[in-house]
Amino acid sequence: MQFATITSPHTDRPNSVTVTMLWVIIALLPGAVAMAWYFGWGVIIHMLLASAAAVAAEAFVLKLRARPVMPAISDLSAVVTALLLAVALPPLLPWWLTVLGIVFAIVVAKQLYGGIGYNPFNPAMIGYVLLLVSYPVEMTTWLPPIMLNQNPLDFTQTLSAIFVGTLPPGLDWDALSAATPLDEMRNQLNQNRMISEIRQSPLWGDFGGLGWEWVGNWYLLGGAILLYKRIISWHIPVSMLGAVLVMAMLFHFLDQESHPFGLFHIFSGGTLLGAFFIATDPVTAATTKKGQLIYGACIGLITYVIRRWGGYPDAVAFAVLLMNMAAPMIDYYTQPRVFGQRDAGDD
Amino acid sequence: MYYPSQKKPSRRLYTFPGGLHLPENKAQSTTTATVKAALPRKLILPIQQHIGAPAQVLVKVGERVLKGAMIANPQGRISASVHAPSSGIVSEISEHPVAHPSGLPALCIVIETDGEDEWGELPPAIDDFRLCEPGLLLERIRTSGIVGLGGASFPTNIKLEPKKERRIDTLVINAAECEPFITCDDMLMRDRPQEILEGITIMKHLVGAASCLIGIEDNKPEAIAAMTKVISEQEVDNIELVVIPTLYPSGGERQLIRVLTGKEVPSGKLPASIGIVCNNVGTAAAVADAVLRGRPLISRYITVTGEGVANPRNLEALIGTSGSELIEQAGGYTGEAARLIMGGPMMGFTLHTDKVPIVKASNCLLAASTREAPDPGLATACIRCGKCAEVCPVSLLPQQMYWYARAKDLEKTQEYNLFDCIECGCCSHVCPAHIPLVQYFRFAKNECWDQEREKKSAELARMRHEAKLARLARLEAEKIARAQKKKAALARSASTNKGSDAAGDPKKAAIEAALKRAAEKKARLAEEGVKPQNTDNLTDAQRRQVQQADARRKALGDGDTRQASEQQDR
Repeated sequence: MQFATITSPHTDRPNSVTVTMLWVIIALLPGAVAMAWYFGWGVIIHMLLASAAAVAAEAFVLKLRARPVMPAISDLSAVVTALLLAVALPPLLPWWLTVLGIVFAIVVAKQLYGGIGYNPFNPAMIGYVLLLVSYPVEMTTWLPPIMLNQNPLDFTQTLSAIFVGTLPPGLDWDALSAATPLDEMRNQLNQNRMISEIRQSPLWGDFGGLGWEWVGNWYLLGGAILLYKRIISWHIPVSMLGAVLVMAMLFHFLDQESHPFGLFHIFSGGTLLGAFFIATDPVTAATTKKGQLIYGACIGLITYVIRRWGGYPDAVAFAVLLMNMAAPMIDYYTQPRVFGQRDAGDD
Repeated sequence: MYYPSQKKPSRRLYTFPGGLHLPENKAQSTTTATVKAALPRKLILPIQQHIGAPAQVLVKVGERVLKGAMIANPQGRISASVHAPSSGIVSEISEHPVAHPSGLPALCIVIETDGEDEWGELPPAIDDFRLCEPGLLLERIRTSGIVGLGGASFPTNIKLEPKKERRIDTLVINAAECEPFITCDDMLMRDRPQEILEGITIMKHLVGAASCLIGIEDNKPEAIAAMTKVISEQEVDNIELVVIPTLYPSGGERQLIRVLTGKEVPSGKLPASIGIVCNNVGTAAAVADAVLRGRPLISRYITVTGEGVANPRNLEALIGTSGSELIEQAGGYTGEAARLIMGGPMMGFTLHTDKVPIVKASNCLLAASTREAPDPGLATACIRCGKCAEVCPVSLLPQQMYWYARAKDLEKTQEYNLFDCIECGCCSHVCPAHIPLVQYFRFAKNECWDQEREKKSAELARMRHEAKLARLARLEAEKIARAQKKKAALARSASTNKGSDAAGDPKKAAIEAALKRAAEKKARLAEEGVKPQNTDNLTDAQRRQVQQADARRKALGDGDTRQASEQQDR
């Protein structure tokens, strides 16, 4: 009898890239559904649109690169990128911007570097930043959450707004749109208003923007799923959220009227999404445990610094991309002490 | 969970980094009692079943050998002998397929057994080993062909030799058997705890250890009970059975030492450097057999298991028995056998045929089904998830080593401590991209060794060359020194003769005139661009030699100046 010769180990492998990606998608769903609940059909339309465009773009480039298409498509990594970008986009963003962002993310940020595993930068964040710096107006035209929205659009109205750019009669963009809580807080503070004053407005919930903070809670649940399934380790989310919280609390206690409470920063903008889903992207993050703590903390730090003193209301995307650049160096200097070696580094 | 009743582990246990909880798959091969495998018609004995130099064949084709007779003796310090596992006729001494990852054949002695199983004359039993000279005990272990039976098959006598650099204070006995499916040590402990304890006592005496710790995973309650029983019954000092949690690879030498003692064996050093010697339980039993009964190592317990065989079980097989016969005695193939593995699923290697003999190191023959060992499929790109680093028992960064191994950047792989890798397979097992990481590391290690060999030979050539240059420089210096000495002597004699008139000395005037002529000639030639040569006034024969030398030099070419200069020197 003849047997195949295969290298060890000879076991049923417990993990696969596809399953890992599938869990990321599953964990993202609670937050995504909450987004759709508060901000309408647009969220779901962009998720589907971006996914389709991502898969098409990936298949196309793989064909050009003469690489097998199916194994790469079926690992679901393109879909994850698409969904992460989609949930960060304004719900009524014109369709072609979504397509532009995701195609740039997949083609330039991912495939031109060699595809999955080789991209130095988080593709979803590259796509997001491209759109944000090129189309700042469109990218900051948000909707108010459902409880504050006087004119919620139905499914067909949303479709026509996204694909044709027409709103129902009697509505214009100014009447429909609203700033994000981070944007609102920043604008008000820039007008030298005090936090106690600003928070009089019905826009606010317990910590952050009304509605927004609940989306944050659902992302937190998603993060718990990822941690429980050991898709991610606690190091990056904890250090990133910790850094944001420490910075925000520090300045809050120094000057309570011009720096919102720490949890405002946690529950606003992309903080929770970024901490559990973006910064933890294994390909572009630091891989040593100590390195992950540094990496996460720096993302939190940069996020707060740009939010507070920089030119953008939110900064998770910038912070992640900046730290992506530093990840290889962080890894190099944070190698764990090898068993049986005393001199090399430390624990 | 079972713990021995009287002695709960009072000892503090330590942890090592990483590790995996794997499906154990040990129950299926422990339900039937171990029996002796049937005497095969043919025994195939590779002359190298150990680490070190191959043994030298002592028999001729056609010779009759008796059971237990040495048929190949150890060559050099690190080597092990081979004995005839049964009586019969040596039918051939030739290359034969053996159980080796390379699949290459090796020199084997083939014995056609005669069914008599007739024992030859055995060396006398050493009943009171405590009164025996340690050298004699070690020699007995050496001539009994005993090697580590845990898998590494390092000659045991070398391990037990007294160490110059450090006293051994602890003997660690490895009874962890952490790999899934393998149960041969478990069954051996159930069946022969007495012999194991005897062997341990001998080894402890030999290395002069004050204490002995037997490390056993808590998934072997029967073995723990059997060992506890004999230890409590006998009057033994400082031999302690320590039940440790089941966690792969706690049976790795360095991992087990860490768990039991909290000490880390320094990287690149042996356990002896921290006063510890580690041996397997099977080895202990073999030592007892050799010393107390004079019996060489001719058989071992082997687990034949997996869904690919009908009746998974343990067999006591003669070394040299073909894998196919053992499969046969485990009920034959079930039709589900998809992969045949020598060793366990984590570190074992696949055989493409079962027609290979089992050797001293063979602990398990695993006929795995596709359920047990599915094809992992194509490896995809590393996504740097770091799961490999989380499970690595040595705290390596396999994702980095993989990156550099793939790029053949050997220096970088070593910077990331490639040589601390114990090839346990944890990283490959958890890799979501199904990258055969361990295989990459084995490859990188081999490349490093190759490079090291090349570097060594280049270094040797360089040293030879430098020695030659030094020799030439020395000769030149000696020549100059001689000339100066002569000159000084001349000057001294001249100064002593100062009293006489120099001009009046006709000899001196003649010398001076000759020197002047020579200087003038030299100046003239220099003007004409001709350098003085010592080839000007030569006989015809000498001239021919010079021409031949010139021709040879030309033929060598101008490029290789070093060779040319060597040629010149000759």
